[in-house]
Parts: sequence; C-alpha cells; structure tokens
Amino acid sequence: MIRPSITEKNKIEKLSRLPQGGSCKAGVLIEKNAGWRNKCPVYNPDKCTGCYQCYMYCPDGVISKEGKGISIDYDFCKGCGICEKICKLQAIVMEGET
Amino acid sequence: MIAERVTAQNISDNEFFYGHKACGGCGGSLAVRMALKVLGERTLLTLPAGCMSAVSFNYPQMSYANNAIISAFAGTGAVMSGLKAGAEAMGLKDYHVLGIAGDGGTADIGLQALSGLIDRNDDAIYICYDNEAYMNTGIQKSGLTPYGSTTTTTPAGSKGKGNIKQKKNLFEIVAAHGIPYAATASVGYIEDFATKVKRASQIKGTSFIHVLAPCPTGWGIDTSETIEVAKEVVDTGLWYLAEFYDGEYHLNRHPKVFSDVTHYIRRQGRFQHLKDEDIDIIIRSRDKTWKRIEGFKE
Ligand SMILES: Cc1ncc(C[n+]2csc(CCOP(=O)(O)OP(=O)(O)O)c2C)c(N)n1
Ligand code: SF4
Ligand code: SF4
Ligand code: SF4
Ligand SMILES: [Mg+2]
Repeated sequence: MIRPSITEKNKIEKLSRLPQGGSCKAGVLIEKNAGWRNKCPVYNPDKCTGCYQCYMYCPDGVISKEGKGISIDYDFCKGCGICEKICKLQAIVMEGET
Repeated sequence: MIAERVTAQNISDNEFFYGHKACGGCGGSLAVRMALKVLGERTLLTLPAGCMSAVSFNYPQMSYANNAIISAFAGTGAVMSGLKAGAEAMGLKDYHVLGIAGDGGTADIGLQALSGLIDRNDDAIYICYDNEAYMNTGIQKSGLTPYGSTTTTTPAGSKGKGNIKQKKNLFEIVAAHGIPYAATASVGYIEDFATKVKRASQIKGTSFIHVLAPCPTGWGIDTSETIEVAKEVVDTGLWYLAEFYDGEYHLNRHPKVFSDVTHYIRRQGRFQHLKDEDIDIIIRSRDKTWKRIEGFKE
C-alpha cells in the first residue's frame, strides 16, 4: 500500500538539504496533524461489519481496511466526526480528546 | 456507459493525498483524495492557487504522493495541455493527466484555459471541486456562489441579502463545447463520483467533472456535517447528478420527492439572514432548472 508517512530524514537541518530548482520529493511528511483534534473517534470492532463506508468518506484518508474491520491513523486524524455520522452501527463514537 | 462501478470493496488501498492541512471535514479534500485513489500513482496533476494546493505544498511537507505541480491561477487547462505534450514527447505510457481546480479557478478566472483545453481535446481529466466561493482567500463570491449566500464581497446586512446572482451553469457551458465526457457529482455520493472519475479516465479526449464539495469553514456548518449536507443538496434538487456523452445529456438521479429546502438552508451559517421569501426564490429557481433538465435522458 502506498501512503505517505512521517520520515525524520526529510527534515531540513542544513542548507545543503534544500532542493535545487523548483522541484522536490513528493509525499514527504515531517509533522503530524493530531494536535488539531478536539474529539477523537473511538472504534469498537465488535459492532463493525466491515462495510468500509467510514473509510470511503474520511476526508483525510486516515481510516484503512484491516482484516474484517478498520484501523485509524491517529497521527493524521483531525477529529472532524464524519466517520461517526457515517457509521450506522455506532462502531465509531467521538469522545473528548484527553 | 462503460466502466464498472467503483465501490468501497474494489477501490485501491493507496492514498496519494495525505497529511494535508485542509480544515477538518473539508469536502474538497475528500474529492481530491478519491480522484487520486481511482487514477493511481501515474497521475500527472496540476492545481492552481486555491485551497487544495495551499494545504498540500507546504515545503518540505508535500502531501501529494504523485507528481503534482501548481499552475498560475488562470492556467489549469493550459498547463494540462503542456503536461500532456511533455508526457508524449517523453514517450510515457500508461498515465493520466489531471487538473483539479476550485470554483473560482474554473468558472471565473480559468474558464478560457478550460475552454481552450476542451477545444484542443487533449486527453486529460479536469475536476472542478465546487465549494461555492473563493475560500482560500477568505470567502469571496465566485461565479458558482449560490443565491443568498453571504460572502465577504456580498455581505448580508442592512443593505444587502448576500449574493443576488444565481450559480453559473458550468456543466452545460462545458457540454456546449461538445466535450467527449462531462459529469456533475457530489462528495455526498462518493461512489458515484469515483465511478465518474473512472469513466473519465477511459475516455479519449478531454473529460470534465464538476463535484460539489461543502466547506465547513465557509458554509458555517459543523465539520461532521459535510457529507450530510452534500447529500442533502442533491436530495433537495438544488444540485443534480448528470452526465453528458455522445452529444447527449443523461440524468443519473431523479428524486421522486425533493427533501425540504428550508432545512438545507437553515442549517448553514452562510444563509442565516435569509427570510422565507428568499427561500421561495431559491425553490422557484430550482423548479425552473428541473423543468429545463426534464429533457435529459434517464
Ligand atoms: C492571478 C491571481 N489572482 C488572485 C490570486 C489569489 N488567490 C489565491 S487562491 C484564491 C481563491 C481560489 O478560489 P477557488 O478557485 O474557488 O478555490 P478554493 O480556495 O475555494 O478552494 C485567490 C483569489 C492568485 N493566486 N492569482
Ligand atoms: S462504517 Fe462502521 S461498520 Fe462500516 S466499516 Fe466503518 S466502523 Fe465498521
Ligand atoms: S474523525 Fe474525521 S479525520 Fe478522523 S477518522 Fe473520522 S472522518 Fe477521518
Ligand atoms: S476553507 Fe473550506 S475548502 Fe478550504 S481547506 Fe478549509 S474546509 Fe476546505
Ligand atoms: Mg472555491
């Protein structure tokens, strides 16, 4: 599966790491979005039927298929709450961020 | 029409738009994510100024995992032709040329470049994500802002009731070029949109998709409401799902009864100032549109 993830080595610590010219490497992440979250989607696999609708509608693409259910990449989930509304079985419930 | 339906079961697991800085619940970012999942890694993408480039090219945080370049605001269609010519000159095989621009970037400043692209009929896919205003610069009215919406350039207040113009009919402007494939979509019906992207990718020549994409920040809705609202705009008949190919219009979805327009309007901050008579104007304009599109094939 292709999906960008955080890579320390892409931090720019010295000038020589800056790209020359107008182009640079694609799919490079150096910081998370987790700090944006006020609410957190909590997943209950026992209620999940694996319809993958939450996966389809997550604007950030942080839900992925895992076995018969899903998993959430909390490094990049913004806590928008769309997945909770999409899931008809309450297998995802938004809870206050701790 | 060709192309099997794209579904949650058969769509690729890959993510090419990741770790971006769009607001939580951004409809435009969902449209971009889906389009790239359908088209894949060998997609040469260009985007003009607008939210979907601003949230993703924050060097060194580059949220597109495929080849992507920012164009001048007016130039999406022209850069797409350039990408196509470059790819041909390099002898590339098995790739897609994609342009993704906002409503302002498409229906206003980029309209002539889009028109030129369609006229040249270059083999490329143009997607307009429509959040109904110039969002990236702080919510100014565009040619696709709906009637009644308050924006910073059409402010509601003692002297005004928000935007007094109707949305430009972009889908039919594009179809009037005799384009091989054009479609409307909504992020509220995501499999329909993804399937249209697939169809567009199988067409020889230019194809165009106009996808409605709510913006919680500009529309005054909760971040969790984006999809509900994007479904509701279709169910109320204020937006319709259609395609144009072989020189003919096709209606994809004809709600037997429309859902309540007042409910759709009242839940959004941008329409808070509207009176019942303003909502009547919106309903009358919807009915006029549906009279006109009755001629579309079903
Ligand atoms: C020639 C030019 N004029 C104005 C701008 C400023 N500008 C940058 S993004 C933007 C708004 C884009 O609106 P839209 O195309 O609807 O995309 P959105 O931001 O809503 O996603 C504007 C006006 C610019 N970058 N270039
Ligand atoms: S929408 Fe609910 S039931 Fe369906 S995959 Fe997601 S969590 Fe499971
Ligand atoms: S809260 Fe929003 S960003 Fe987080 S997993 Fe759910 S839909 Fe995705
Ligand atoms: S302002 Fe609107 S369109 Fe722009 S990133 Fe935020 S939600 Fe998306
Ligand atoms: Mg816009």
